[in-house]
Amino acid sequence: MDISFTREHDELRETVRRFLEKESGEAAVRKVMETEDGYDARTWERMASELSILGLIVPESYGGAGLGAVEMAIVFEEMGRVLYCGPFLATAALAASIVREAATDAEKSRLLGEIASGKLITTLAIAEESGEWSAEAVAMRASRHGANWRLDGVKDYVLDGNAADVTLVAAKADGHLALFRVDGAASGLERVSLPTLDLTRKLSRLTFRGTPATRISDKDIRDALSRALDFGVAMVAAEQVGGAQRCLEMSVSHAKTRLQFGRPIGSFQAIKHRCADMLVDVEFARSAAYYAAFALDGGDDAEAREAVQIAKSFCSEAFYKAAAENIQIHGGMGFTWEHPAHLYFKRARTGLVMFGTPGEYRQKLAASLGL
Amino acid sequence: MAQEITAEDIRARVRKLLEEAHPDHVDQFTFRGKQYDHGLAWVHFPEGYGGLGISPGFQAVVADELAKHARTNYEDMMVNPIGIGMGAPTVLTHGTEWMKKNLLRRIFTGEDIWCQLFSEPSAGSDVAGLATRATREGDNWVINGQKVWTSFAHISKWGMLLARTNPDVPKHAGLSYFLLDMQSLGVEVRPLYQMTGEAEFNEVFLTDVKIPADHLIGPEGEGWKVAITTLMNERSAIGGAGVPRKGSGSIGVLMNLWRSREKSGFAPESEVLMRERIAKLYIESELLRITSQRARAARKAGNPGPEGSVAKLVQADVNKRIWECAMDVLGPASLIYEPGYARRRPTSRAKESRTALAKYQFLRARANSIEGGTSEVMKNILGERVLGLPGEPRSDKDVPWKQIPRNG
Ligand SMILES: Cc1cc2nc3c(=O)[nH]c(=O)nc-3n(C[C@H](O)[C@H](O)[C@H](O)COP(=O)(O)OP(=O)(O)OC[C@H]3O[C@@H](n4cnc5c(N)ncnc54)[C@H](O)[C@@H]3O)c2cc1C
Repeated sequence: MDISFTREHDELRETVRRFLEKESGEAAVRKVMETEDGYDARTWERMASELSILGLIVPESYGGAGLGAVEMAIVFEEMGRVLYCGPFLATAALAASIVREAATDAEKSRLLGEIASGKLITTLAIAEESGEWSAEAVAMRASRHGANWRLDGVKDYVLDGNAADVTLVAAKADGHLALFRVDGAASGLERVSLPTLDLTRKLSRLTFRGTPATRISDKDIRDALSRALDFGVAMVAAEQVGGAQRCLEMSVSHAKTRLQFGRPIGSFQAIKHRCADMLVDVEFARSAAYYAAFALDGGDDAEAREAVQIAKSFCSEAFYKAAAENIQIHGGMGFTWEHPAHLYFKRARTGLVMFGTPGEYRQKLAASLGL
Repeated sequence: MAQEITAEDIRARVRKLLEEAHPDHVDQFTFRGKQYDHGLAWVHFPEGYGGLGISPGFQAVVADELAKHARTNYEDMMVNPIGIGMGAPTVLTHGTEWMKKNLLRRIFTGEDIWCQLFSEPSAGSDVAGLATRATREGDNWVINGQKVWTSFAHISKWGMLLARTNPDVPKHAGLSYFLLDMQSLGVEVRPLYQMTGEAEFNEVFLTDVKIPADHLIGPEGEGWKVAITTLMNERSAIGGAGVPRKGSGSIGVLMNLWRSREKSGFAPESEVLMRERIAKLYIESELLRITSQRARAARKAGNPGPEGSVAKLVQADVNKRIWECAMDVLGPASLIYEPGYARRRPTSRAKESRTALAKYQFLRARANSIEGGTSEVMKNILGERVLGLPGEPRSDKDVPWKQIPRNG
């Protein structure tokens, strides 16, 4: 597989980076992360109108840019660098992906254009109280009342569940796994925003009590859901590369300037070698995330699945290590609230667990390798 | 060669080469000679010197197309690892026209094996501190000193010799780089046995060896610059040779070893841990392969930079862990060393059982983090040359070499 970026890719990266530097600097992130909904509406609107990245993977026929995982990974990597705080993963990656994969044409028309234009913050609710992100773990059942459907039960750890105008819910119906659309203001829907370890990523618990829902899939969505999840995992992996790269940069720049014992701490091998290890991890994580993105666009399902498992396993751990080392290299300063190191550390730690742990993905890989 | 060359152009060239000479039907020298003439030896070299002047990323396309059509694979690392990995780029970058015309093709075919005469008993990581002396006498240089750990010296036609031409200046400034004919009078090669019992490498004693003045590579006193070319290529050759194809190489052997294990040998809990451990090694092997491929594709024609050290560093670490894992898979069978420790030169391992090979590799892997620069030194290079971190305070800089304290 040829993993190389085109000039258009470089331009996209450059545009997104410049935009995020202005819109999502550290001060902006800190401000937004303290709000309940966790996003800046004006930035969100500009992402749609100026960058057209909310509909990046939305087909052109539905008003999007019709691009793929590679382009989206570039955006995520840049967002990871600055810890962009907002419902982008939920809306532009997970929801757009599941709608594209599983929704009826009518629902695609209804949802995708609005996602692309920034009018609709959308999320995907899969995990329940066990916190497992998989089709197998879905226990919620939809019940039919005449022509209408109702949902009962709990969806937990829902990304941006409070901010979402629309929540897409995976639930069982007629012996299938189906996808339902639930309005944010629906009756019988209780949304509780959870106090998250990572303040830059909002999670909610949604309780459904006879909540009216519209079924938007006509086939079983098991495969579509696992493809959407794979897509999400690959995007988070790219985000982790950006975060890890930023941690490395912070560490290196600190190591060059902080003086102790009359010399820069970066001249001590204990520090220098840590930085070298981080560099190696970042480069390998980069290979993993790019491989996953290119494989997802490549069309070979088996290869894509394996590449995603590799990316989850490696990138999440590499980011965690880099974020932890970054604190250590900064010493006492790195432990303060004021320094951004902890923001990266918390993002990295939650990334180990979200959508499944690296160990679980390695077990899946082992199984498919026949080990 | 046009800038817009595509992978398909390269594949077509390979097929044309195969029409003229096919490795399944002609010998190594003939086939690789033709490969060189077609510019498919090392595609990033200029035309006329075995290349096409394009990104080294295309070399993978050549290998892939060859593998599609031929069973016989004369691998670079088997044919002439030091000559191909390090000698050729050094000659191309710094050698005379005569050297390029007369040496490159024979390096590639394997007619001339090469060795690297850098390390000495008192200068390994700090190779710039070496003591072998070269003094000028008329049209010749006269060499006296000792080299050590010299791989392939016993079968080599040419040696890349780094020696001191001026002891009165700081260490890096007093070095020169020579092309040494290993059959010269005064070159004595003695086997040096490794912990495996085999001798891949040697001690090389140099006593009043004469080298013609036109066998100097690069100007007198600029040997260190030439040596850097050699070392950068060494690291990227070692790192890049890690996993040529998906799931092949060391990790492939480990996976097969595990699949054919005694099922009763592992409790279910250990099975789970072992499977995850092997999956993790598979992941790292894959990323090594992809990272090397990315680095090559990003490179224009020319010599690799310090990024080659990334792959070298990881390759050493992953390979050691792969074979440690293999020993755990073997369990009690790992108590036995069936190849035995008879002192010998290495021979083909083609007929060895997978089990025997694993045990040999387990021992051999210890060298991975030493040969071609230790892992500690690689980390210094990454820290200082890639990340730009400050160097350590040094007591051997700006001091004439002869005043630096040295091992007895
Ligand atoms: C199998 C094999 C094949 C080889 N083939 C060749 C060959 O063909 N030609 C050739 O010229 N050489 C060859 N070598 C030699 C090899 O390059 C050296 O062994 C290597 O560079 C290390 O040098 P040394 O053995 O003197 O160890 P030393 O340099 O003495 O190192 C000892 C320890 O100190 C550490 N250390 C040294 N300096 C530093 C530092 N600045 N910072 C941190 N740690 C440091 C090292 O990492 C190591 O752990 C070969 C070696 C092996 C094992």
